[in-house]
Amino acid sequence: MDAKKGDWVRIHKIVLKPEERSPHLPEDTQKVPLEMWDKGFLLNDVANIGDEVEIETYIGRKTSGILIEINPYYTHDFGKCIPELLYIGRQVRNILEEVGERDD
Amino acid sequence: MTKDKSFEGLMARKGEIMKKAVGIDYDTFESGSIAFDYERMMRETGYSLQEIESIQRETGVGNTPILELKNLTKLARKFAPSGKGARIFVKDEASNPSGSFKARRAATACYHAQKLGYKGVIAATSGNYGAAVASQAAMRGLKCIIVQECYDSRGIGQPEIVEKARKCEAFGAEVLQLTVGPELFSTFLMLLEETGFFNASLYTPFGIAGVETLGYELSMQFREREGRDPDVVVVTNAGGGNLTGTARGLLKAGAQSQVVGASVNLKGLHMASDTQFNKKSFTTGHTGFGIPFSTWPDRSDVPRSAARPLRYMDRYVTVNQGSVFYMTEALAQLEGIERGPAGNTALTAAFKIAQELDKDEMIVVQETEYTGAGKHIQPQLTFAKENGIEIKIGDPIEEIPGENIILPKDPSYIEIEEVDLDKLKKSYIKKCIENFKVGKVTEEDFKFLEEDSKSDAKFVKNVLDELGVEY
Repeated sequence: MDAKKGDWVRIHKIVLKPEERSPHLPEDTQKVPLEMWDKGFLLNDVANIGDEVEIETYIGRKTSGILIEINPYYTHDFGKCIPELLYIGRQVRNILEEVGERDD
Repeated sequence: MTKDKSFEGLMARKGEIMKKAVGIDYDTFESGSIAFDYERMMRETGYSLQEIESIQRETGVGNTPILELKNLTKLARKFAPSGKGARIFVKDEASNPSGSFKARRAATACYHAQKLGYKGVIAATSGNYGAAVASQAAMRGLKCIIVQECYDSRGIGQPEIVEKARKCEAFGAEVLQLTVGPELFSTFLMLLEETGFFNASLYTPFGIAGVETLGYELSMQFREREGRDPDVVVVTNAGGGNLTGTARGLLKAGAQSQVVGASVNLKGLHMASDTQFNKKSFTTGHTGFGIPFSTWPDRSDVPRSAARPLRYMDRYVTVNQGSVFYMTEALAQLEGIERGPAGNTALTAAFKIAQELDKDEMIVVQETEYTGAGKHIQPQLTFAKENGIEIKIGDPIEEIPGENIILPKDPSYIEIEEVDLDKLKKSYIKKCIENFKVGKVTEEDFKFLEEDSKSDAKFVKNVLDELGVEY
């Protein structure tokens, strides 16, 4: 058993299969389903990852989907070092230094 | 009987669902043809400027400071002809409660929802507006659902959008995330129908009226500190609401400032394409929204959009992605403030336009936005690299959206490209004819087309003649 009632979980659901999608889509989008993710408190007594479950979202709405994550958290960050950006600060500061008080 | 929740079923009930969820009967402003009474819609369904000021004051929105960017001005002058180089200012909208000017739009929407007795609000947005609605809803005790287009079919999300989801959740909102595709709209309709919540659309009259205070304040602040209005106001343009609201506010103040729209050039990238979704490094402020929403504003999530940028735009320019990243870094390094990046689109354009103006003229960038994890030049460029985009230093003119990002070799390489406004106006008139399937343009339509495209009778006449449409 991966999760129990009341656990904060993330679910996934296919909203529209490729054949159910709008006909006015670019070819690549037309080939894939419309997918959805949501989070909430688990309503089932127990569940495993991959099970179809029901949840109550933070605002109290009930919805269902496949259980994919328990205690989901964000992993976005400040990225890696982008060496290509490093010249900018020095460049603009140098230009201002050259300008000095000349045309103030 | 259970309601049909299929895509077609929901779309078929669109009108009925929207009427309940916005509380506006748009039919009363319709002429039955192309024309509708825009000003009456704004007057009768919106709020007066004074009412909005007091609504926004209730939740700490507005009255954001004006900052003079003295070092960036100095930098621009270095590359300007002698005697040129206007003073550059910015209105620091990031100091609104949710970190962007969108708090202004959300403030009026949430006030209105609460006044009408709705229990909650829903907004379809991947941008700063979601955080703004969630923040205002929290202050007013309303429930909030934000629907985002966030991932591609590999389940990979734009870091900037993921950050906005986090911020919405921080304010207690439910965030429903979807993969790429315009059917987001049917999910949105389903939620509106299921919950009976208010549609806090970006494009309602009260949403747009919420931005009018920005333009008005800007004029008042300049009169107080500089003794006159700014000569040029540059607005980052996507869906057109920022530009429309600001321009209307300036007009209400009696300001004659030139209004310039600026968008990031994402030419060639299809906005509904699953494989191209993560090839872009801007999720807003770009031409993928800016151009289609200018030439057909009524594509939005309400029957008649209150955001009509062509009506107010004096000039429209684009900048490349690399130049906006460069300016974002320059802003931090020279002015000591970290903002954007998307909101710095107008700043990049202003840097160049300032070089065309006289030294004693004033140009103002009317917004900034918060920055943070995911929503910052480093994660956005990291993400670009991971998605096969090459980052180069060189001449931005060689940038190909979706293939590379070119950071300008030095500030002299920062350029703007003019968008042919006449072409957009023509395209808008053509779309009106096509979408309303009219064989003959009425006198009222003719006048409306003139106003809505900010052109004149001669221009409209020429376009109609060319299209072979009677009037």
